[in-house]
Amino acid sequence: MIADRYNKISVNLRRSVAEKLVKMKILICVKQVPEITDVKINPETGTLIREGVDSILNPFCEYAVEMGLELERHYGDIETVAISMGPPQASSALIRCLEMGVDRATLLADMRFAGSDTWATAFTLAQAIRAMEGDFDLILVGKQAIDGDTAQVGPELSEILGIPQIMYAVSVELTGNKKKIRAKREIETGNEIMEIKLPGLVSLSKGPMIRSVSSFKEILDARKKELRVATASDLNIDENELGLGGSLTQVVKIFPPQVKKTGKLVDGSEPQGAAKKLIGFLRERKFV
Amino acid sequence: MLKIDTEKCTGCKICEKVCPFGAIVVVDNIAQIQDNCTLCGACVNSCPVEALSIERKPVPKEELDKFSGIFIWGECEEKNERIVPKKVVRELLAQGRKLADRLDQDLTVVFLGDGKLTGLETLITYGADRIMRCQHKLLGNFTTDSFTNVISAVISKERPSVFLFGATPHGRELAPRVAARLHLGLTADCTGLEIDEKGELIQTRPAFGGNIMASIVSPYTRPQMATVRPNVFSFVEPDNSRKGEIQDFDVILSPSAIRTKVVAMERLSDEREVSIEDADIIVSAGKGCQKKENLKLIQELADALGGVTAGSRAIVELDWIPHTKQVGQSGLTVGPQLYIAVGISGAIQHLVGMSSAKTIIAINKDPDAPIFKVADLGIVGDAMDILPVLIRDLKK
Repeated sequence: MIADRYNKISVNLRRSVAEKLVKMKILICVKQVPEITDVKINPETGTLIREGVDSILNPFCEYAVEMGLELERHYGDIETVAISMGPPQASSALIRCLEMGVDRATLLADMRFAGSDTWATAFTLAQAIRAMEGDFDLILVGKQAIDGDTAQVGPELSEILGIPQIMYAVSVELTGNKKKIRAKREIETGNEIMEIKLPGLVSLSKGPMIRSVSSFKEILDARKKELRVATASDLNIDENELGLGGSLTQVVKIFPPQVKKTGKLVDGSEPQGAAKKLIGFLRERKFV
Repeated sequence: MLKIDTEKCTGCKICEKVCPFGAIVVVDNIAQIQDNCTLCGACVNSCPVEALSIERKPVPKEELDKFSGIFIWGECEEKNERIVPKKVVRELLAQGRKLADRLDQDLTVVFLGDGKLTGLETLITYGADRIMRCQHKLLGNFTTDSFTNVISAVISKERPSVFLFGATPHGRELAPRVAARLHLGLTADCTGLEIDEKGELIQTRPAFGGNIMASIVSPYTRPQMATVRPNVFSFVEPDNSRKGEIQDFDVILSPSAIRTKVVAMERLSDEREVSIEDADIIVSAGKGCQKKENLKLIQELADALGGVTAGSRAIVELDWIPHTKQVGQSGLTVGPQLYIAVGISGAIQHLVGMSSAKTIIAINKDPDAPIFKVADLGIVGDAMDILPVLIRDLKK
């Protein structure tokens, strides 16, 4: 049911960059998230209190945006497009992308997308990309969103689109006449320089310095840029593949975490006494 | 089912080479699919003209019940020039054993490597019923493409009910690719796993930076897939009386399936030093240490206690320490016997990375610092004054 349409839509997906007469196209998939340091739990219901919580562009997504813009500045002749799936309010995250310098943006907003898990999100994004931006060269994403922290949508998206991926990148360069991408990425023992042929997907765990404030001109320019809103009807996607109904996982329970009880709090304004307390404790627990 | 677009197929035979089951044969320049196709999907991404696609239909409930076996990815790492299973594999075995006993199913651990895999039998003593070895010269180093192909082939052939990965950097890039290829539900970074009365896997994980816990099920797909946070579950002492078997899984892999190329590697962690994920004693520094030079006090304290040093995201961003030593949500999860937090305020993203430490000591100037909420002993004071005295007294 799903893959049947893969071929028809993605004919031009892997068209080689050399054949392309138009600019290189970088897609940046972003997410709007609550400022989680503000998130509180209602102790009676065990649910999140969302009122009064600011929404921001996910910080790792900001790295992805800034990296796309850096590539555009450095290599030239690149179009940057931000895409997000979310409620209508998520357009403010895309406006932030436009003010940062992205050329245009698309918001996938539809009641029918609500409740999507990572699979349904990745599939919806993939179908949107196939329907609207099928001739992309590179997809940039943040390594994870700070609300869900799953880090799954990026790799699921690249698998659905059938493209290679480089995860946890910190710097990116284009090589081979913009046909390849080379990224330095963080691995457990250090760093690795990895290369893939485009089209491909790169997730960012760091990036160029983020400019927190856009200039007045950038803000004015952003207003003239295209911010398109697309719904499920604009995508080649069945009703039962969307949102909660199209999700493969289900949340059955939400509850507050168990907090470890607080131990002793000791005044350490006097270093000798503090050191003595510490050594006593370390002895008691047999660490020395 | 696997579909071939005969108009697009050029008969290039790449799919024939990458199929792990020899289920594709090219006849008269057109690929043909044999009965032994398991829908593992290895061919789809390798086709240069996109002539292959898989149509997956929802699996009926009674079919789901036929999937059996708890499977674990046996992620390995290099230690002292030997390839050995990571600590998280033993943690997954202990937890997987409980799930397997509850469901009365077997526990299998799947290893991928290039033939240097040795000493795997010991995993039986940690709870495995079966060791499955997948060996091929292209599996010597981790690549998402090769590992996704092999794990997908194992799942398609063996049809387990549960498949668990460590939520390590590699586990978190591999599991979503396998899940998306086979159209499976996947839960990230679980800290709790149990079987409910219906026999479904309840996967519990923190969200919103650890402010809330969510329990999640995958009701429609098998295997139920999850990545599991390291250093949360403890492993059991080896039981030498346990019996198990070692099996080889035939791997077919072609270089054309691997699309990533490693150009260079730079080691930042000291090979002789224990990694922070495996360490028993960690002394961890935060921005409260004020300047990079003060980290030598952290190192001296770690040396005096026989531990290793680590730090918060804040000091990684200041370039005081490499990211290989970063504790927290976007770094590594640690679970030492002793964690000493020096000048770390304890943002929730840091706490989720270290709160499973057995004993926690915090030193911080701010009595309201959230780190004190998880500490067994909290010292309110300036660590830069206290540490020199502590180190001197410890050396006595």
